[in-house]
This record gives sequence, structure tokens and C-alpha cells, in this order.
Amino acid sequence: MPKQPIYRVEGLTRVYGEGASAVHALRGVDLELPPGEITVLLGPSGSGKSTLLNILGGLDRPSAGRAWFRGEELTAMRDRALTRYRRDNLGFVFQFYNLMPSLTAEENVELVTEIARDPMDPEEALALVGLGSRKDHFPSQMSGGEQQRVAIARAVAKQPDVLLCDEPTGALDSATGREVLGVLQHLNRSLGTTVMIVTHAAATAEMADRVIRFADGAIRTVERNDAPRAAAEIEW
Amino acid sequence: MSTLDRKLSRDLWRMKGQAAAIAVVMALGVMMQVMMAGLVVTLDETRRGYYERYRFAEVFAPVTRAPSHVLHQVAALPGVARAGGRISGAARIELPDRPVPIAAQALSLPDHAEPALNAIRLQQGRLFDPGAPEEVVLLDTFATAHGLRPGDGLQVVMNGARRSLRITGLARSPEFLYAPAPGEMVPDDTRFAVLWMSQTSLAAAFDMKGAYSEFLVTLTRGTDPRGVIEALDHLLTPWGGAGAYDREDQFSHRFVSEEINGLRDTAAAIPPVFLGIAAFLLNIVIARMVQAEREEIGLLKAFGYRGAEIGGHYLKLVLAIAVAGALLGALLGILAGRGMVQLYLHFYKFPFLVFRLDPGALALGLVVSVLAAAAGGAVVLRRIFALQPAEAMRPPAPADYRRAGRWARAVKALDQPTRMVLRRFTRTPFRMLGAVVGITFGMGLSVGMLTIHAGFNQAVALSFDVLDRSEASVTFTHAVSQKTLLELARHPGVLRVEGTRSVPVVLRNGRLTHRGAITGLPPEPELVRALTPDYAPIALDGPGLVLSTALARKLKAQAGDVLTVEVREGAQPVLRLPVTGVSETVLGAPAYMALEALDRALFEPGRISSAALRLDPAQAEAVQVWLRDQPVVAGVSLKSEAREAFERVMNQGTGATRFIMAAVAFTITFGIIYNAARIALAERAHDLASLRVIGFSKGEAAYVLLGELGLVTLLALPCGAFLGWGIAHMLAAAYSSDLYTITVVFRPAAFGFAALVVISGAVFSGLLVKRDVDRADLVAALKTRD
Repeated sequence: MPKQPIYRVEGLTRVYGEGASAVHALRGVDLELPPGEITVLLGPSGSGKSTLLNILGGLDRPSAGRAWFRGEELTAMRDRALTRYRRDNLGFVFQFYNLMPSLTAEENVELVTEIARDPMDPEEALALVGLGSRKDHFPSQMSGGEQQRVAIARAVAKQPDVLLCDEPTGALDSATGREVLGVLQHLNRSLGTTVMIVTHAAATAEMADRVIRFADGAIRTVERNDAPRAAAEIEW
Repeated sequence: MSTLDRKLSRDLWRMKGQAAAIAVVMALGVMMQVMMAGLVVTLDETRRGYYERYRFAEVFAPVTRAPSHVLHQVAALPGVARAGGRISGAARIELPDRPVPIAAQALSLPDHAEPALNAIRLQQGRLFDPGAPEEVVLLDTFATAHGLRPGDGLQVVMNGARRSLRITGLARSPEFLYAPAPGEMVPDDTRFAVLWMSQTSLAAAFDMKGAYSEFLVTLTRGTDPRGVIEALDHLLTPWGGAGAYDREDQFSHRFVSEEINGLRDTAAAIPPVFLGIAAFLLNIVIARMVQAEREEIGLLKAFGYRGAEIGGHYLKLVLAIAVAGALLGALLGILAGRGMVQLYLHFYKFPFLVFRLDPGALALGLVVSVLAAAAGGAVVLRRIFALQPAEAMRPPAPADYRRAGRWARAVKALDQPTRMVLRRFTRTPFRMLGAVVGITFGMGLSVGMLTIHAGFNQAVALSFDVLDRSEASVTFTHAVSQKTLLELARHPGVLRVEGTRSVPVVLRNGRLTHRGAITGLPPEPELVRALTPDYAPIALDGPGLVLSTALARKLKAQAGDVLTVEVREGAQPVLRLPVTGVSETVLGAPAYMALEALDRALFEPGRISSAALRLDPAQAEAVQVWLRDQPVVAGVSLKSEAREAFERVMNQGTGATRFIMAAVAFTITFGIIYNAARIALAERAHDLASLRVIGFSKGEAAYVLLGELGLVTLLALPCGAFLGWGIAHMLAAAYSSDLYTITVVFRPAAFGFAALVVISGAVFSGLLVKRDVDRADLVAALKTRD
């Protein structure tokens, strides 16, 4: 028996604006994703991949269509329920880290562990991303890669079911980018966390279990990758 | 219109809410400045013009009776530019509908010529015919108050004889700009009149043919009035000279001067505070606004715009807001000033009063607004210009909390959001302090205004319920025997009578002088009392003076000092009297002495000049009718009427500015808090969106923002309470004169209410800002970098 999909979407459409200036970011997307995989969403700017990620993350609402998380309909949830959903199930990683400059690395992680249901120890989370020794540093004292790793530690510390990553390596050089992807892969393998990565970098696809290519607001192809490579081996 | 200018107009439109908030705060500061400075100029200039046009005298020399030829000697005195003589006498007007007689002053004008000095301004009707002794020109405000018109008759008692006069005209004069009834401090149009009659008619009425009872003098430029006063006193002693005095001691002039000086002090003290707060706020907001434009500035530089062009662009943005605010303020100031002028016309009998703008005040308001705004922009612009365009276009590095953040780690009990709130204080203490100072000022202004408000009410209550507990006071035509009291006390309806004596004097302490009166009080009085600041009665015995606080302040005298007292009545003895105490007072600057000791010093034992009465309410009117017919009674004044008049002046006249200030204080308080909240939101919008994304609820995210606002407000409340106490004292000093004293009373309610104003301002601002937090577009907030 196949596993219940972690996400299922039907006819998902998102239109920004109206009339002549309307932009169709998503045009009726259908998709099912099994849990525990690394999925990479590829496509040019404006192809709809980030819009899909935002809707799955409960940050945006579709104009039409429905989406389910483990059988619960996300598109029917009110704001409060969506907040709850983000708080309990999701970890986010963004291009620009979004750390609180006034909190140290450890405190940034604690920000999440304080409100999470079953968090891991903040120090453990930082150790997972290899920053155990930098826990008392403020964001202003860290490099971009270190800041992104804190952001990842913050995202995983609550032991989420899903990690949603929007251009996580967008602001990083290639070596640092590889390191960050390595951390995501490690988390997936060791904790079984479902990871979704939105990116321009086609090479990232090599580490994915599943690659979804977007163009013009629609899914062009979905490929299974039975032999994902280690992040460290990816050529940029 | 260049593209940059189009951008400018669209930017202004985009930030219209905040731009309007800044402009309004700025406008209120400028408004206060323009209104108050304009009032000073208006009153000052109008008065000067009025005085010049109607030749208002500079020195007044009352005598008992001097032959008219003495006028030549007066005119010949060195330093005298112009001299005139007239007859002045007390009169009583009896109106059919009023039981209480109305005190009036009768003044003569030359039969055929224009008066040399103290001319009158005929408002209606015509002058009297010198050949018709019954014709009289009446003070127009009194006539209006009683519906009297030219052609109407008037019953007047002069020199003990009742006469039927006919009104030919209505007039006002610079001598009676401020005209309260004798013995009172605040004017009531219905209860004081001036009668102008021909020299011949008045001479006949007062038995003064070929004589004057007062000389009026103006001085040549640069003459010291003191020399002329001395010469006049010397010249007029044989004619019963009661002591010449200069314009500064003329009641109306002095009162108006006090008003103008009070206004000038207030104008110097208050608007700068408002303007300063507004400028401070503008500075912070502009700095923040330019900071937020960082990327655009980098972009413009990348396109090849020079620094000066970009600087000019932002300067224009800032100036547009500042100038709009200042102009709005000027407009509001002019409107408020015009309204105030109408109030002033009720109390000061100017023939006209047109609000005049003080160009200096307007310029100052404009310059301060513009400089404050420009300075706020310049500091940030310089920092941004120092960056390479590419650097400016990248998001700024995370704010550095290294030094600011350490302390909070020790306190493990704190949750992270609270840490975020607290670390903002340690990292940007000056900005936080700025917000605290801003709200402190708002709170302070509110406390100050409310406390002074309580002070005004206290003044009324103290004056009319505590210091003077009588219901009516009777002034006699001359110092009468104490037996008169027995007669009064025997009359049905009179519950208690206390005789007092008021003697005109000049008090001197070294070089400081005060022209006023000493009031003799009976032992252990119940009605009119001298009280300590704790409202304990001061025992009067022996030849010692108890000075009112206002007088003690004016003469810089304290208990133990010995004053020189020049009596301006009877034998005019010069006495040396010790000060034995200082009493709390509201109205005027009285000096008290034991009645017996006063009479002894004057060698006139057992004399009184007025009486304070407590009446049976049921028979009060009958008592008044009876009093009216007593030949020795010069006037009766009812406490209820005096109280009403005083409350009117406090609420509508001078005191009215405090309502405007309170409104402005509340508005500014709100403006400050709202702007502080908006700035905090602008600075943290990105963090707040991040918190929302990682699973914080709206309330939890708002806590980080509102916690900061709350903390700032909490810190500001006690500081503002202290500041307000200080502001209240400053205001009390500015409002107080030797004509009335406003004391600062501690009213917890004032603090409570001010705190309520601040807290509700904070809550309301918080709600407005929270609405924006709730509506924040999470995706957009994350994509656009800080």
C-alpha cells in the first residue's frame, strides 16, 4: 500500500491582479508528494514554483483549487489554523536568512523551540548544522553561509515534518551553497524530514529524490531520481 | 516636471499618512508660536496706537482741589510735554431693575475744546452740550450691558445729590481698557460705568468751579517719569496732592500690561517646547524615512545621479512636509489668534482689535521646522552617500547587537521575544530614549495643563470660599465710624458684619515699590481673612504688615523686613512698618494689618471704609435695596457677581489659552506616540513577518512591537509626571501676575487623567499599528529585504 501523500493539490491556480494586468502565477496545478523525500522545484523566474511553495507553506492563498497536508485541507484553514500549522509542522529557510539581528545564534533557535510542541535542544540543532561553537554570536558576527546555517538550525529545531526552502543558496557562493545543501540532505536522511527546495540552480536536482520542472505557471515534468548524489559531489 | 520631481510627488502620496502625522505635529508647534506671538503683537500695537490717537496721559496727579491756574505751573515743569486738568468724582448710578447701586466714575471734559489729554472715542450719539447740565456721555460697554441708548435718562447720585441725566452719546477711552468695579479685579460690564460731562456741569455737581481734582501729563521724549512725579508732588502738596503716579500704576494700563507680559512670557516658554518636540520628532521620522530609501538612493547613484542631485531630491521631500506643516500651523495660528482676539475684546475695551501676524514668529516657526527636518535627513544621507552604489543596493548587514546583547543572556528566565524588546533598548538607547523623551514631553504637557487647570479652579474656590467668606461687601463714601457697623448689624437679614479699612499707600522696600492699599482687618475675622499657605488664619496684632504672596514676591520682602509705607490719604504720613507674615492670595496683591493698629497709625481711631457682610439669603435683596438708600454707601458688590466675573475671565479671557494648550498637548502626545509606533513598525516589519512565518501568531508577533511601545510608555509615564509638575510651576509663574496668583495644586486626578491620555494614545496607536502587523503580506515582506 502506498504511503499517504504528505501534500496533495488539485487544480491549484493563483492569479495576481485582475483584468488586462492579471498575472497567472499558477494555472491549475495537480500534484501528489510522498513524505520523506527531497523534492527540488526547478524553473525560471515567474514560473510559479515559489508561489506553490508559499501556498503549501500557508503564506499565500490560491485563487482557485485546493491543497491538503496529510489529508487536512490547507485551503480551508483560517488564519489561526494556518499559524498553528506553520508552528507545528513546518520549517522555513529563505534566501535572505531572516534571522533576528537582536538575538544570538542560539537565541534565534530558541525563538522557535520556545513555541514548538516537541523541539530538539537548541544546541543540538546548532551542532547538526556544524555551528555548535558559534552559538553565542550575533548575526552581525557571522558570514552569509553561517547565517543560513543558523536559519536551517532554527527551521529544524522544532523537528518539523517538512522543510520548505526558497532559494536557500541564492545569496551564497558555490562552496557555501554545497555545504548548506549538504546539511539539508543530512537532515532528510537522518531525521526523515520531507524537504522541498525551490531553486534556479539546475545542478541541485542531482541530490533530489524527485524533480519538478515549472514553466509558465504549470508543471512540465516530474522526474524520479533513483540515485540521488551527495550534495558535496554536485558540480556547479 | 523632472522625473525626480514626479517621483517626489508620488513618494509623498505613498507616505501620505505618516507625512500628515508629522506635518500636523509640526503645525501645532508653529500654531502655538504664531498665535501667542501674534496676540502679543496685536495687543501691544493696538494699545500703542489707541493711546497715541487719544493722547493717553503718562502721569496722573490727583489732588483734593487745585485752582485751574495751577495747570500752567504743571505744564511748565521740566519734562512735561503736555498737561491737562479735569474733575474726577465718584458717582452712583441707580437703575430701576437693580437693587444694588452701581459704582461709576464721573470725569469732566473741556466745555468747548478737545481735551489736551485722555480724549474719548465717541462710539455712538454725540457729545454733551456744555450749556445743558443734564447731558452725559456714558461708557458704551455699560450702556450696551443694560440696553441704554442715547436719548435715555439716567438716575445718578453725585456728591450726595440725586440727578436725572440724559445720555447723549456712548464712548470708550484708553483709560478704561480694563474696567472692573472699584475694589474688584475682574471687569463686569454691568457693574461699572464712566460718566463724561462738561467741565461746567461737573464743577457744579462737585462744587469745583474754577478748580481741578486731577492733572494729567505727558512727557517729553526720554524723560524719566520719576523726576516729574517728584516735581508734581512738590507742586501739588498745598492742594491736597494724593501722590502723582505714572502710567505703569494706572489700573487699566497695568492690567493690560500684565496680560501682555504674561502672554509674552508664555509665548517665550511654551511654543518653543511644542516646536522643539515637533522638530525632534520630525528629525527622527525623516531620518528613518531616508534610511528606508537606501536602495533607491543606491539605484539613483548607479544611474549616474550626483550626490547633490539626490540630496536635493530628498531635501525637497523633507521640506515639502516641513513647509506644509509650518504653513498649516501658520494658518491655524492665525485662525486661533482671531478667535482669541474676539475673547480679548470681551475683556479689554479696545475700539477694535485685528489679529496681526508676528512675522518674526512665523519665520522662526518655519526655520525651526525646516532645519529640524533637513538635519534629520542630512545625517542619514551622509551615511548613505559614503556607500558605493552597489553596496547601498544590497541589504544592510544585520544590525550589530554584539555589545548591546550580552547582558540579557544572564537572565535565563526571559523568553526570546522579550529579549528582542529589551535588546532594542540596549542597542539603540538614544533612539529609544528619544521615544521616551517624546512621550515624556507629551505626558508632561498634559500633566502641566491639567494641573494648571486645577490651579485655576482652586484659585476661584480659594478666593471666594476660603479667603473671603462674605456674601456682599459695602464700600463707604469715606472712612466712617465703626458705629455704622452696629447699624448694619441691626438690620434684618444681616447675619454678620465685619468692618475693614482700605488705605491707599505706596509700599517701598529699597528700590522696589508697589502702589496699592493696606487693608485693616478686625481681630479674629471670620469673613475676610489672611491665611497661611496651609490655610491657617494669621493673627494680626500690633503695627505689622502681612503681605500677600504676590506682593511679597514683587517687593522681594519677607517676614522681618521693614517697609516704608507712604500713606496717600488724609495727613499722608510716612510709616515704617515691619513685615510679620506672608499670606496666601489669589486676587490682587493685598497687604493686611490689624484694623486698630492701622487706625492708630493714621491717627483716626475707630474708622472703617468698607464692610463685609453675610446675609440671610431670603432677605438678601431687601438688604440690598436698603443699602442703596444709605447716603454713606458708595457701592455694594455681591460676591456671587464677582465670582461669576472672575470665572468668566478665567475661562474665556486670559485663561482661555490653557484650553487651546491642553488640546494641543493631547494632540501632540498622541502624535508622538503614534509616530513612535509607526517608526518601530517600519524598523521591524521584516522581523515581524519572519516571526509570523516561523509560526508566531499575530498576537505573539505584535508583542515584540507593542512590548517596545509599552515599555517606552511605561518609562515615560513617571518621567512625564515629574516634568509635568515642573511645567505646571512654569505655567503658574507665567500666568500669575501681581493682579492674580495661580498656585500649583497637587491633584492626583491630573496625573491620572494625563496618564490615561498617554495610555489610551498608546493603546490606540498600538491598535492601529497592530492592524498593519496583522495585514502584513508575509511573502512580500520576506522577498523585500530589510
